[in-house]
Amino acid sequence: MSAPPLLVTASPHVGAGDSTPKIMWNVVASLVPVVLAATWFFGPSVPLVVGAALVGAVGAERAFGRRGTLADGSAVITGLLLGLTLPAGLPLWMAFVGGAFSIAIGKLIFGGLGQNVFNPALLGRAFLQASFPVALTTWPLPGTAETWWALRGDNFALPFASARVADTLTGATPLGRMKFEHQPTALWDLVLGTTTGSLGETSALLILLCGGYLALRNYLNWRIPASLFATVAVVETLLHALAPARFPDALFMLFSGGLMLGAMYMATDLVTSPVTNLGCWIFGAGIGVLVLVIRLWGGLAEGVMYAILIMNALVPFLNRWTQPRLFGTTRIAPGR
Amino acid sequence: MLGRLRFRHGVHPPELKELTARVPIRRLPFPAELVLPLRQHGGKPARAVVRVGDRVERGDTLGEADGFVSTPLHASAAGTVSDLGLWPHPDGSYAPAIRLAVDPASPQALRPRLVPEWTALEPAGLVEAIRQAGVVGLGGAAFPTHVKLSPPKDVKIDTILINGCECEPYLTTDHRTMVEYPERVHLGLRIMMRCLGVGRAMIGIERNKPDALEAIRATLPKDLDVTVHALEVKYPQGAEKMLIESLLDREVPSGKLPMHVGVVVQNVASAATIAEVFETGLPLIERIVTVTGRGVRRPGNFIVPVGTKIRDLVQAAGGLTEDAREIVFGGPMMGAAQASLDIPVLKGTTGVVVLTAADTKPTVSYPCIRCGHCLDACPVFLNPQLLGQLALKERWDEMATNHLADCMLCGCCGYTCPSNIPLPQLFQLAKAALRKRPAA
Repeated sequence: MSAPPLLVTASPHVGAGDSTPKIMWNVVASLVPVVLAATWFFGPSVPLVVGAALVGAVGAERAFGRRGTLADGSAVITGLLLGLTLPAGLPLWMAFVGGAFSIAIGKLIFGGLGQNVFNPALLGRAFLQASFPVALTTWPLPGTAETWWALRGDNFALPFASARVADTLTGATPLGRMKFEHQPTALWDLVLGTTTGSLGETSALLILLCGGYLALRNYLNWRIPASLFATVAVVETLLHALAPARFPDALFMLFSGGLMLGAMYMATDLVTSPVTNLGCWIFGAGIGVLVLVIRLWGGLAEGVMYAILIMNALVPFLNRWTQPRLFGTTRIAPGR
Repeated sequence: MLGRLRFRHGVHPPELKELTARVPIRRLPFPAELVLPLRQHGGKPARAVVRVGDRVERGDTLGEADGFVSTPLHASAAGTVSDLGLWPHPDGSYAPAIRLAVDPASPQALRPRLVPEWTALEPAGLVEAIRQAGVVGLGGAAFPTHVKLSPPKDVKIDTILINGCECEPYLTTDHRTMVEYPERVHLGLRIMMRCLGVGRAMIGIERNKPDALEAIRATLPKDLDVTVHALEVKYPQGAEKMLIESLLDREVPSGKLPMHVGVVVQNVASAATIAEVFETGLPLIERIVTVTGRGVRRPGNFIVPVGTKIRDLVQAAGGLTEDAREIVFGGPMMGAAQASLDIPVLKGTTGVVVLTAADTKPTVSYPCIRCGHCLDACPVFLNPQLLGQLALKERWDEMATNHLADCMLCGCCGYTCPSNIPLPQLFQLAKAALRKRPAA
């Protein structure tokens, strides 16, 4: 018997069958329904804005990243997620710059996949918010059957040229209306998404379903959204009971703004969340508290982005503080 | 107190035992040549006492024990010593080995008893007889059995655990041993209970082996306090610390041994072998090996002389398939891939798993994405993510302070890692680097 060319590798010789690109592309696939729903509400501006952010992110990864890293799918996720945090009427060049910033400054400068401290998409959005505060807070209303085809703003504005006055109807987001005008929004509109907001802020139910799929496949740590939701629900219920006029009810807080997208897709970013389960519980709760503090007492109507970015910064400490209890330590063998 | 019959963390690799679980154990004809490395077990290798050209009979001593943690090595067939030199060892090195040209004319018959009757022996004499018979743990780690049966005076052993988990995928030697030789398991246990003066024993078997559970239960001795327990099917259920937690709800303290919580753990195959050496009067010169995987044509369980080469085993299993690609000694979670068909089976070799190209893991790995799956898998609650990142930077001392010594290289972290980072290999490397360095 002649010897075949034998492979010699280290154990284990079997694997669970998951791979990093498989996880990433599953996240991409789970975001497709969210983008489609946003398109349903806001018309053709959506694929344009999301596409511009995507091209910015993927282009930066291609231009500045290591060879072959595009295939792992993580740049595509960043582009899609950034796109979903933007308003439909945003000039495309801004979305493009945001996408490029997310990848180049948010990820590659740290050393690429797995090395970044902050969620790249949120870092890109924070950059855009600081640079173009007006454009980032101009929220078009969802279209009607007749106006679906119309763009939701001056998407094709040239860089740094003042945008044409849009003839689109805009309005405050539910959180803005609540904060500055004390006008509530019907819960059903929030759950379905028939309201104003950024592209991915609107259809809370769909985001919950798509993120739930990822949780079932163990592609995100369910403890983060669970603890985030629980914290917001408990604290807000207490506040609402104390002062119903001052504080909206917990369901409104949970289903409005970017909380759902943030909880399911941004906070659960594997790279920028804790590796320990206890760390994930604390991380989620911390985001929940910060979201409420910013929304209720801060100058902004929405606080999910900053809440997550602040907690991102604490992740190394959370990891250190929540090391698992080593087998065979502290607990003494029971008496015999 | 009884444990909860399970442990925390761990992984669920596909079992793939159906290839050989129902294939009865078969004895193979003697091969033309056997190669017996002097290093068969943990501790010190045996010292050769034969010369090239010596004629040896089956069971003759080839090597003497060298120190306490060492056992003798015996001729596994009648023949002539053809060479004393270096030979490829299953651990990847070239190591001193005795080559034996098997006498084709010899009947290879059983001989007058070389091992005394066990009933006549006192505990100390029993342990010495087990040592002289060259018995080591047959579950894979191959630690000399007599050492485990000689605890220090200040340690009180109250329970013997018999490990019938066989949690590694593919392997079925323990399974078939329990189905076909349950009385031997019980006799070996009885002898060990006498060695240690222990009145209680428990046999733990994973629930995926109902026929083994039934056979072991049906033959339980009435006069001994031995109980049989069906355990959760999860890897590494058969690791000593996990088995002790499952059966007794005791945690072996970090850095300590099972005996420090009053327990001695022995593999079912080791128990059966102890019974066999006292029954036949021959030392440990053969063992049961599962030759399996989709890379061989007729997988099976075989009794073979220690020193049989992969080449002969694979031939007995119908030969390699066209797409056979990787040959692993032991199970696929902890086993070592072999580079040559001339490498021999040791006393501790539980199986030869031949993987096809499709069964092997991809060799490409990605950066760590900090998913934390390895933390959920590690049965001793280490942080493999942190240890892996430290290993890539060769920060060995920091790994030591993060409890690298507690890692038993079970492979759960590497199994679950989506980025395919070779964590167990990195940890092995770090352990070796720390061993070489003088203790600070």
